[in-house]
Amino acid sequence: MSRYVRFRDFDWVLLTFVLIICALGVSEIYSATLHTKFEGMHIRQVYWILAGLGLMFFMSLVNYQALLELVPWMYGFSLVSLVSVLVFGKKYLGARRWIDFKLFHFQPSEWVKLILILTMAKYFAEYRDNDMPFRELVKAGLVVLFPMLLVLKQPDLGTALTYIPIAIMALVLGGMRPRHGLVLLVIAAVLMPAMWKWGLKPYQKERLSTFVAPEADSRGSGYQVIQSLVAVGSGGVWGKGVAKGTQTQGQFLPVPHTDFIFAAWSEEHGFVGALAVMLLYFGVLMRLIHDAQTAPDRAGVFLIMGVVAVLAFHVLVNVGMVVGFMPVTGIPLPLMSYGGSSILFTFLALGIVMNVRMRRFVN
Amino acid sequence: MYGREEKVPLIRLAMAQYIILAIFLLLIYGLWRLQVLHSDYYSSMAEQNRIKEVPILAPRGKLLDREGRAIVDNYPSFSALLLRSQGKIFDANLDAIAEGLHMDAAELKARVKRLSGMPGYQPIFIKYDITPDELAFVESHRNEFPELDTITVHRRLYPKNGFMAHLIGYVGEVSEDMLNNPRFELYSSGDVVGQSGVEAEYNDMLMGKNGSRRVLVNSKGKEVGELNDTPAIPGKALQLTIDLDLQIAAEEALGDKPGAIVAMDPKTGEILAMVSRPTFDPNAFAVRISSKEWNALLTDPGKPLLNKSIQAQLAPGSVFKIIMSVAGWQEGIAQTLQVNCGGGASFYGRYFKCWVKGAHGSVTLTKGIYQSCDVYFYTLAERLGITRIAKYATAFGLGQKTGVDLPQEVSGVIPSEEWKLKNYRQKWFAGETISVGIGQGAVATTPMQLLRAVSAVSMGGHLVKPHVVFPDKVPETYRNALHYTDTKDVPIDPTGWNTITDAMGEVLLPEGTAPSAHIVGLDIAGKTGSAQTISNALKAKMSNKEAYKDNGWFVGFTPRRNPDIIVCVLFEGGEHGRLAARLATQVIKAFEEKKTQGHIEHIKPPSDEATPDEQTPETPPPPTPAAGKPTEVTGLWSDGGDDAGHLQAARFRASPAPRPFRRAIAAPGMEQFAQTAPQPRPAPWKQPRSWHDLPGVVAALPEPAWRAGGKP
Repeated sequence: MSRYVRFRDFDWVLLTFVLIICALGVSEIYSATLHTKFEGMHIRQVYWILAGLGLMFFMSLVNYQALLELVPWMYGFSLVSLVSVLVFGKKYLGARRWIDFKLFHFQPSEWVKLILILTMAKYFAEYRDNDMPFRELVKAGLVVLFPMLLVLKQPDLGTALTYIPIAIMALVLGGMRPRHGLVLLVIAAVLMPAMWKWGLKPYQKERLSTFVAPEADSRGSGYQVIQSLVAVGSGGVWGKGVAKGTQTQGQFLPVPHTDFIFAAWSEEHGFVGALAVMLLYFGVLMRLIHDAQTAPDRAGVFLIMGVVAVLAFHVLVNVGMVVGFMPVTGIPLPLMSYGGSSILFTFLALGIVMNVRMRRFVN
Repeated sequence: MYGREEKVPLIRLAMAQYIILAIFLLLIYGLWRLQVLHSDYYSSMAEQNRIKEVPILAPRGKLLDREGRAIVDNYPSFSALLLRSQGKIFDANLDAIAEGLHMDAAELKARVKRLSGMPGYQPIFIKYDITPDELAFVESHRNEFPELDTITVHRRLYPKNGFMAHLIGYVGEVSEDMLNNPRFELYSSGDVVGQSGVEAEYNDMLMGKNGSRRVLVNSKGKEVGELNDTPAIPGKALQLTIDLDLQIAAEEALGDKPGAIVAMDPKTGEILAMVSRPTFDPNAFAVRISSKEWNALLTDPGKPLLNKSIQAQLAPGSVFKIIMSVAGWQEGIAQTLQVNCGGGASFYGRYFKCWVKGAHGSVTLTKGIYQSCDVYFYTLAERLGITRIAKYATAFGLGQKTGVDLPQEVSGVIPSEEWKLKNYRQKWFAGETISVGIGQGAVATTPMQLLRAVSAVSMGGHLVKPHVVFPDKVPETYRNALHYTDTKDVPIDPTGWNTITDAMGEVLLPEGTAPSAHIVGLDIAGKTGSAQTISNALKAKMSNKEAYKDNGWFVGFTPRRNPDIIVCVLFEGGEHGRLAARLATQVIKAFEEKKTQGHIEHIKPPSDEATPDEQTPETPPPPTPAAGKPTEVTGLWSDGGDDAGHLQAARFRASPAPRPFRRAIAAPGMEQFAQTAPQPRPAPWKQPRSWHDLPGVVAALPEPAWRAGGKP
């Protein structure tokens, strides 16, 4: 295989969109943390972004084919790390999600996302029949289900849910029959009440029920939903201006630099600003799908589309939460929300996409 | 390696594109809905979030006497309240708050629930006059309970020992009944309003208007900025016509005896003193009164809450004979009427006794008055008949409200044929008229009515309207509603006036009914009365005769004609009018002493450094002028006029100058509010005819000097 890899084939358009979103995120983190104990967080976010960029360029150099060869090892490693989190993990706010390595906190569930994307790509690259029997579907499903259950055990419902779109995207692209999709839907519908009864922690139930009726508990967890709606709604068409959002600056909006950054952004920049960000994300996703269409092989398509699924799901759940369509789950908005794990994961995922794209004319 | 031919069908990628497009359209719709469609709603929610409205309570206007001396003032105290603009108040929080403030949690919850219908910007007051440790509790739990706040309240401080309590009245939190009454639509929950006396009558003027502070807060309830203040408009000070020195004299005169004393300027109708006994402590109402205390006041047989000056309807007894005399004179009967009192007389087949043991013998009008001969007035009543008696009694304002500017005045009764037909569906019996002649029977008057009626007689028929404020010192609405200066002139023949007032001047002389009340050098005219509370026949049957002792009455004034002061005393169970007369003369004596001897200069109030708890040090007695033996002087003078050539001579005995009159600096217990520079007020006898001569009353409350020193 001749290696004809050039940075001319790097997706500069995609990178531009991504960096604009990152810049807007940094500006909003600056505004939202002004005069709080988190003041100056935007600088750290810039460092994370720079680190992410480096990681992305590094990732684009490693041939994804080689990565795919490592998938069984990686999958095994991810299961081990998830189990060890349950055993050695640091308990924080009632959940074991991190392993404390002194220098940094390691949150395996983030990386498992990436490994699952690779696993699905590997799986469906080898399985090439466009008409999938039910047996294969179950096998692919179980591959995702195991790590998902381990993450649920932490418990981290939000992250566990992000594994589902990876599976669904892979199954749909892999040629799931519509019949089987219907069966899966029925199973999910049946499982849901059972999940409600045994699977969810009280705080998760509370979040879900306040999602249905936030006013019932305006001081408790409904408070976050209401304050978010008030922040977004009061922003109006043009917004209140940078560092002038009363909800954000008055600290009525919970965690305005992480999970609710889009609410803070919408308050200070209005519908116009929110729409601009939505268009940027839409542009990113469309550009990714375009890259998938030009991918050199089946595995490349699955890789990119896995990234698309995760990013789209994050945007849907986070923005949906901010505008009151979705319950509060603690899923950050990729590229904008403050947080090293989220930024590094996203850039790593984009690195894989670049990797695929740069090899589109290979062979 | 995998070939291109194995690639995923493009249709599936396109499907993903459409799904993502749908998701984004949905999310953008969500943004549109919030930010464009319902932006106004959420904007107002955001404003509510960050703006906290804290009321600023207006201090209530103080009450001053006619010379500007403090009668009632305010002191700062803290009240705990719940702000409801901060969102729902949780029951769990209320439990903790109730515990911290030493309240009953169930009662507090019930109260919050009951008032939940009020507009959200109105706070709920939960506890008044909180202690320092309760205040500390509120301060230390600001983050936990952002809805809990405190406010400085200017609380009412009344004179001690129930001094002047009935006239002043008391304040209390506006009741929920009042809130539902359209008459009090301007009141809002938690307002402290007057409930009786002057506090109630002049509440709108005294109350002022609460302001508010709008502050910016963050989600912790911490103030981060200030928007704007609507300042409170303090209540206006109210200057009463009461002369504190006379009030003190009247309070001391009545002591603990049940009854009432009212003193008035007969020329103007200004009330100079008003006392009712038994009394109560209005300070008990200033914070919320406990239901136990309240019930004790209500069920007390002495009825301490009743202002007997205007709310006791009793038989006036012999004082009524003054009205009978005027009626008899005006009808041309009394001039010539002469009766022979043999200790009683028969009328309409029934024997009516005179009060005297023995007999008065031959009685004319003059003797009838100073000896208070019943037989004379029985006969006069028989001659006049009930209709003419009722006509004159009514003309002098008896049996009707005097219109004094105090709430809950009662009207009393002057019987007449129509009155009896209307109330008892019975014909008037001529025999009943005889009892009416001596102020018994169905006649019932209040001390205030009797005072006003006799005052009119003393002034030659000039009937004034009693009032406790200076008409030009109150808003026009009060003047229009209360007509303070309305007067009526009842015609009295001058000769009759002279005869009757001269006869009243004899009452305190050795031949009169109250010689023991005589004060050397004072020309006091008056009339005693002792009125049965039940008939003698009934009383004989009662076991507890003590409870039905006769009421003693006295109405007296000085000087004899065109007097400067008139005093009415009701001494319940006082048996005889002369005992009441002694009380009245004490007040008159104080008046005369203050008038003739002036008063010592104002005493300095406690200095700023003095602790507020400290009472005013006893004022050292002013230097007494050298007491000397009585001096005899001889005078020679001419009356002038036509008779200028005719000289008169007389010898006078001058008493040694007594101690100068000691003027009060403030009502008892209110010395801390005494002003360093009192505004001199005209004494009642130097009353300017034009109200505009009076110096203005300070409307805004100056910051009291003792505030820095803490709570009094």
